[in-house]
Amino acid sequence: MDRRKSIQTIILGAGASALAFHGCKTDGEQTVNEEIPATEDTKYFGRTPEELDRIEKLNAEQLFNEHEMESISVLSTVILPPKEPHGGPIEANVPEFIEFMGKDIPEMQNTLLGGLMWMDHKSNTEFGTEFKSATLEQQKQICDEICFHDPEVPLDRQPLEIQFFALMRNLTVSGYYTSKVGIADLGYKGNMPNVWDGVPQDVLDQHGVAYDPEWIAKCIDQSTRNEIAEWDENGKLLT
Amino acid sequence: MQIKETPEEYDVIIVGSGAGGGMATKQLADAGLKVAVVEAGPFFDPADPKTMTQLKWAYESPRRFAGTDRAFGGADMSWGDWEVEGEPYTHAEGTTFRWWRSRMLGGRTNHWGRISLRFGPKDFKGKTRDGHGEDWPIGYDDVKPYYDKVDKLIGVFGTNEGRENDPDGFFLPPPKPRLHELFYINGAKKSGVPVIPGRLSMLTKRINNDRGVCFYCGQCGRSCSIYADFSAGSCLIFPAQKNGGQVKLYCDSMVREVTTNEEGKATGVSFINKIDRKEYKLKAKVVVLAASACSSARILLNSKSKSHPNGLGNSSDLIGKYLHDSTGSSASGFVPGLMNRKTSYNEDGVGGMHVYSPWWGDNSKLDFPRGYHIEVWGGMSNPNYGFGFNTNEFNKFFGLKVGGYGESLREDVKKYYGSVVGFGGRGEGIARKENYCEIDPTTLDDYGIPVLKFNYKWSDLEVKQAKHMQDTFEEIIHNMGGEPLGEKPGKDRDYGLNAPGEIIHEVGTTRMGNDPKTSVTNKFNQLHDVDNVFIVDAGPFVSQADKNCTWTIMALSWRASDYIIEQLKQQNI
Repeated sequence: MDRRKSIQTIILGAGASALAFHGCKTDGEQTVNEEIPATEDTKYFGRTPEELDRIEKLNAEQLFNEHEMESISVLSTVILPPKEPHGGPIEANVPEFIEFMGKDIPEMQNTLLGGLMWMDHKSNTEFGTEFKSATLEQQKQICDEICFHDPEVPLDRQPLEIQFFALMRNLTVSGYYTSKVGIADLGYKGNMPNVWDGVPQDVLDQHGVAYDPEWIAKCIDQSTRNEIAEWDENGKLLT
Repeated sequence: MQIKETPEEYDVIIVGSGAGGGMATKQLADAGLKVAVVEAGPFFDPADPKTMTQLKWAYESPRRFAGTDRAFGGADMSWGDWEVEGEPYTHAEGTTFRWWRSRMLGGRTNHWGRISLRFGPKDFKGKTRDGHGEDWPIGYDDVKPYYDKVDKLIGVFGTNEGRENDPDGFFLPPPKPRLHELFYINGAKKSGVPVIPGRLSMLTKRINNDRGVCFYCGQCGRSCSIYADFSAGSCLIFPAQKNGGQVKLYCDSMVREVTTNEEGKATGVSFINKIDRKEYKLKAKVVVLAASACSSARILLNSKSKSHPNGLGNSSDLIGKYLHDSTGSSASGFVPGLMNRKTSYNEDGVGGMHVYSPWWGDNSKLDFPRGYHIEVWGGMSNPNYGFGFNTNEFNKFFGLKVGGYGESLREDVKKYYGSVVGFGGRGEGIARKENYCEIDPTTLDDYGIPVLKFNYKWSDLEVKQAKHMQDTFEEIIHNMGGEPLGEKPGKDRDYGLNAPGEIIHEVGTTRMGNDPKTSVTNKFNQLHDVDNVFIVDAGPFVSQADKNCTWTIMALSWRASDYIIEQLKQQNI
């Protein structure tokens, strides 16, 4: 959805063009429309210059070699197999995300690097080939041994390969569901301008709850949201 | 190096541009005074697309908004957090205090939770009520007219409920509850815990033609680009400028001390320009400190002179003492009734709770004084870094294996999406002389200014209050048909009581009172020792209440500003 258009449609009602307002900056007047400033430049997702420098510095570093990046791609795809129409970890740039996080949170590095070596060692021992080149069945056989853990025992007291798999699963799932394709798969409808007017009736019914009419009577009538608020002297809203 | 003096003289210098400084700027500039605002961070406007994070997606960030660059997540609109580069602070051995600083125009108002609660009549008279702490020299009736004016100027949604210690106001209508909030209302009712609509400073309805109306992205913590939530820049400082006010902003300017003359009166401030790293002096008739409770205390303690050898305004030796933060303890629960949710609609809502529980208890029947309110969170949130971690941990509640991989992970993520509800208790700790900040002469910041050393310990009373919070949360989670997550913190962990400072409501370092021996400012936020210096942040708070402090900071800053205007007219200062 076009951001500018949507906000205009949703927020600015009839005659709303007169409501475009002026904001002030130190260096004189500048008109600010009542529209969300749209920026296509994703290099700035609101970073300060210092924050951007740090990102560039991390981007210039290399944590995983080519083989390790391929292994991460293969393993993340075993963990979360792609599914139409929303793809999988590769479409969500999960391997790149994992590499960045390994540099951003260096405490993860030992687990990630050591775990990848463990996977290859295990695969070589059992199947005579590196993990990434093993068959899907062989890969699953290795994963099956390390993918469950006793939730009552803290993870950091479990064997490294179990910690590794749990970390890879977390990063894969988080990386996928924070991506464009993952958000589509999840069905999340937010992060968009809208007008909240309560839980839909079918959802209330599904979960067996209802709105209290007395409570709802106090809530905003969204058809009046653009009328300027006025009160009587006792705080009773008149508009 | 010679300190540079500017030839201009201002009527008022305001140090800090957050809630207190912003309000003073608006009131004093509107009254026609020539004002200089000195802010330690850079200029910031929530509408600037270059710095904006509102409506950005996690995938625009290589770390998906993980909190490695900003402690509350990469999209949070605070430049600076528990740590600020080049600006350390220290601790007395065996004590903790965590100090959040936002170095930017508008300060912490750019990211705060916007929970805007008035103190009630009882909150100003703590000592009378239970013998702990001290009474304020003013009461609710003194502040009420200013709360009313703040409500109308800034905008806050809520409802008039006629509750004795949670006063009515001039509210905008609240948004309807979300699904998990309906579960909370039902669960809390079973335990006799009241739930009422939240009170937050976001515009559910237009209040003027200069600010937009909320479009429900749930991201007030990122600061609203159409000014539909409160921040000191968008709602106070920019409007003061637009109104034709004489407001000169000095950004990136770190105040070192308040300067004084031979008679001991303030003449202005000296500050370090962080860009050229040189020291400057500004002159004014009146100095208003609004740098935050601890920063203002630091400036005063560092302002030593012949007439004020113990620091400015510190003849009582109380500056920095009585430092206190809100208490806090949290819990979360998994609620099976919230599983398998339809994602057919957008429930982001406002950036905070649509409902909350004000304090309901009778302390005469409890083993701790003072109360707390409960904040609630949950819902189908915007996925950021950390989303889907331990995604099927809740399997354990159904006797299923935890872990695994493959196609089933997708189902697990969706099945459990939006099924967790969280609770934060925010309560009142007792102000104590033994909890304080002072100057640490062994440590300077990068600008050559001696830093603060903190000395703060909770007492048994706060720990007992945290226990009550944990017991209440557990009961409500069970009432909601849920299972508490994580191990319930016991005595060994002070029942999950947050470390001092972590709730970011620090107050009390320059408390007000009628007696100059037992207080730092008078009831108009004016230093007892120096009549042309005022403090309009949370320093003059005598006690914190189980309310967040921002609305009271602004009401008192407005009240002090009226007093300054009056005193200048009468040529008393």
